[in-house]
Amino acid sequence: MDASLNLNPQSRDAANAAFMKPAGAGLSIAIAGSGGSGVMTAGTLLLDAAAQAGLYGMMVRTSGPQIRGGEAAALLRLGAAQIESLDDSFDLLLAIDWQNVHRFADEIPLHAGSVVIGDADGGEPPPVFLASGARSVALPLKKMAKALPGSWINMLALGLAGTLAGLPEEALAQAVRRSWKRTEAALEANLKALHAGIVAAADVPALPKLPAGGPKPGRWLMSGNEAAGYGALRGGVRFVAAYPITPATELLEWMAPALTKVGGTLLQAEDELASVNMIIGASYGGVPSLTATAGPGLALMTEGIGLAVAAEVPIVVVDVMRGGPSTGIPAKSEQSDLSFAVSGLHGDAPRLVLAPGSISDCVSTLQWAVELAEELQSPAIVLSDQFLGQSQAIVEKPPIRPSNTRRLTAEADTPDYKRYRDTPSGISPMAIPGTRGVVYTADGLTHTEAGIPSSQSRDHAVQLDKRERKLMRHDYGSRWADLQGKGSLAVITFGSSTGPVREALQRVAAQGVDVRLIALRLLAPLQPGVFERALAGVERVMVVEQNHQAQLLRYLRGMLDLPARPASFHRPGPLPLRPAEICAAILEWAGANAKTKELA
Amino acid sequence: MNDMVLPPVLTAAQYKSGYKPIWCPGCGDYTVLASITKALATLQRPPHEVAVVSGIGCSSRIPAYTNCYGFHGVHGRSLAAATGLKVARPELTVLVASGDGDGYSIGGNHFMHACRRNVDLTYIVMDNHVYGMTKGQASPTTEPDWDNKLSPGGTGIRSFHPLVIALAAGANFVARAFAGDQHSTAEILAQAVRHPGFSFVEILSPCVTFRPEQRDWKERVRPAAVDATDDAARAARRIMTDDGFNIGVLYAGDREPYPLGGAAARTELAALEEEFAL
Amino acid sequence: MNAAKTNLPLEQGPQTLEEFMAQALAMENEAVERYTELADAMEQHNNHEVATLFRTMAGHEAKHGRRIMAEMGWREVPQIKVHAKTWPAEIAPETLPFGEVHYLMQPWHALQLALSAERQAEAFFATLARLAVSEPVRKAAQEMRAEEAHHVSLIQAWIEKVPKPDPDWAVDPDPPRYTD
Repeated sequence: MDASLNLNPQSRDAANAAFMKPAGAGLSIAIAGSGGSGVMTAGTLLLDAAAQAGLYGMMVRTSGPQIRGGEAAALLRLGAAQIESLDDSFDLLLAIDWQNVHRFADEIPLHAGSVVIGDADGGEPPPVFLASGARSVALPLKKMAKALPGSWINMLALGLAGTLAGLPEEALAQAVRRSWKRTEAALEANLKALHAGIVAAADVPALPKLPAGGPKPGRWLMSGNEAAGYGALRGGVRFVAAYPITPATELLEWMAPALTKVGGTLLQAEDELASVNMIIGASYGGVPSLTATAGPGLALMTEGIGLAVAAEVPIVVVDVMRGGPSTGIPAKSEQSDLSFAVSGLHGDAPRLVLAPGSISDCVSTLQWAVELAEELQSPAIVLSDQFLGQSQAIVEKPPIRPSNTRRLTAEADTPDYKRYRDTPSGISPMAIPGTRGVVYTADGLTHTEAGIPSSQSRDHAVQLDKRERKLMRHDYGSRWADLQGKGSLAVITFGSSTGPVREALQRVAAQGVDVRLIALRLLAPLQPGVFERALAGVERVMVVEQNHQAQLLRYLRGMLDLPARPASFHRPGPLPLRPAEICAAILEWAGANAKTKELA
Repeated sequence: MNDMVLPPVLTAAQYKSGYKPIWCPGCGDYTVLASITKALATLQRPPHEVAVVSGIGCSSRIPAYTNCYGFHGVHGRSLAAATGLKVARPELTVLVASGDGDGYSIGGNHFMHACRRNVDLTYIVMDNHVYGMTKGQASPTTEPDWDNKLSPGGTGIRSFHPLVIALAAGANFVARAFAGDQHSTAEILAQAVRHPGFSFVEILSPCVTFRPEQRDWKERVRPAAVDATDDAARAARRIMTDDGFNIGVLYAGDREPYPLGGAAARTELAALEEEFAL
Repeated sequence: MNAAKTNLPLEQGPQTLEEFMAQALAMENEAVERYTELADAMEQHNNHEVATLFRTMAGHEAKHGRRIMAEMGWREVPQIKVHAKTWPAEIAPETLPFGEVHYLMQPWHALQLALSAERQAEAFFATLARLAVSEPVRKAAQEMRAEEAHHVSLIQAWIEKVPKPDPDWAVDPDPPRYTD
């Protein structure tokens, strides 16, 4: 076995010391390669094996611009506790080949305790990966794979990486068997390759092993897009209009067969203008409806969403946010559609905006979005993002609650029925086509309570008040935000930033700095009274978000009275937020706060 | 050298920018790029006087691979942007590039009206019967029974016949080409650019990744057994019974193109104030 | 629709040696360009083995082109007007079609394609030799034909040296990715 280790005792000790990551950090593994080496599949199998071994995990994928054969990397984090963020750095980088892998250097930060494995015949690792002081190991991966005819090199990589992580052979082999769609003979050959990888791990410096065991019941493995699709079905959605767009397409593709199974329909539209109008039509007909898109598609849908506001037709539009503006960075995540979602309609057009805070939370948040849209007869925009949507995670089975969806509908032959009757709650019964005696015409034109177009100031005022009131008066309960922690400092965030923020707060707490978390799930309407209560005792807030213009900060400052001089940690995509950078920002801010307090 | 030698000319290579395309090896769009550059070389238009306008999708990546002015716009709106450009700057040669998803689905409305308006543009649609960029959904020209994730079992919807629509909507030149035949495609494109008014060229361009079965297109295409006609009714009969694999110029009409090039300014701006002065 | 239609009417072959050699040079240059484009596409898709092979082929074609220029005493590529229907309407026979490559193809596949292209070129020049209207053109066509025949045997020898692909050569465990 031809393995070369450039390690002397001092640097090994330093490496082990450098490896002291916070407790609960788990292990982060990157598998990279190109042109048919199958790294994505290896990553998927590794995640599956981790699940088999009773661990939690998350996987993010990245690739070059090519549709096939491009350089790619599967980025995993595995651990004993549920994982909702990538770590600050990777502990293992296993490159089947080095073709253009340096392009991922920003996404695969390493540290002095990391191990980098490459093919002995594949050239030196790019310098950028060794600059951290990581230990470099060369193994004859291609030769080993060739020595086992009919096998794939990614199986070798799987065995190698999995064993270094502490996964038992049986879990790895099970993952391969469960996924196998080809011949028995090919399976045997690849199990051999898996085994060869497992054996080869002995020649690599050890990494901290994960506490692997047997499979734990009651866990799920899913992506945010799939979770959102399921949540929508739980909320009662039975009609979906679809137009493909990265990174939302898989949500729609998951729903296509699922809807058929539960008695719903998916229709592929010619564009987003059609999608939004189709779901308005279906919902006007009484069927809870949804579409999913990304920024450019949401931009096209705004006129339709405005129509749904004015005509009071419930719809759910999921925006799986990506790098913007315009065509932007389609396959990368960002939280830069917030301003647009909360205010991007012409006229005074209040609407619901929600944001799930994790992959698991996509189920519950989508269900809630459907329930709210139906009850309040309003469009709901759900801000997911590429990171949540396209990452896969092993999660505790999400809490499943019975569906609360109820649309207030008009009974047949209601005397003096007025579709848009002004009521104390702002919600007026909606007549469903086919119901006798309560026919009406829905309209985007400003209308009387009966739905007749009107340009009278009284009618306009009544309807504007009604639509605002129905959203503001509703009791959203405790689901509007996740609140945790104590103290006079608070961090406010939303969406996929919640995971790294939560982890950063754990770290600062371990250093004796108490910071509260307010992770928003309901972004519009904001409820000043409720927010105020959540901020009782808070002297300073910091808003954390992944966009260039601090959109959440500006929105909150415009809508609420925040404590003096809110701080902001914000940066745009495409790189994910990491706990360490948030931690550093918080400590500096807290330090500054402490100084201010001393001076006071 | 004898007197057969001509002065230096622009070669096809000079129309290429040198940026390496990210299209999958085997993709028909490589040939389309080669055909476009060859056609432009035949016409000898300086690259900086040519603009290539596109939407979103694999085909729409093409502007950056040429040495011409390029506009990589939003999904489905290439014809609108190109119309604005040509009307504002009639002396430019404007090519429009799109795919079947971008051009016939979200771009469908603009397609109809661009044919009707008959502005002097050349519209090149690389048709591979699939949405390639978003990983393999049915496009309007996909066969109704093609199984895919968004429409399991197939859409069940009759596929779109773009040449029929183009003719009916008023396009002045309607042709079909095949990416497997670079020379004939280059010739058709050169003709299309030369022809006044809205020239529509649909190029069958196989997608090696999502529709590998399209390798058999090279057995199915055939030169159209007719000459180009300027009789719309005859062309309509022909195109309505076409099986989608007849290659060549199917219609070359003589409708007046949209009038371009406004008259020179005739009035001082200040003279407009007379209308308001009391 | 195949390249290299070779049923030229007799009176429409190249009329002079200069015309013939200019077109032969154009053919070589087109082949160089195509091999280079294919090499770039392969490199973009991380298939360096075949990219290198295609660049080697491009080099051979370029060398042949330079030899033609040296023989004719040309310092620049001449732009010679070609009479209509002198040459086949389709693309030059020596140029590989874009549609025949695959991102996972192996050197054996690439050499098979090159072999086919060289054989077409050889057959093409054999036809031109047969149809030549003047002795210098006939002689030149025969020399070109011999050159292409030599290429054919070189490639055949090369094929013997490279490994044959597995039946699974086109299998990629990973699904296609999308980016727009």
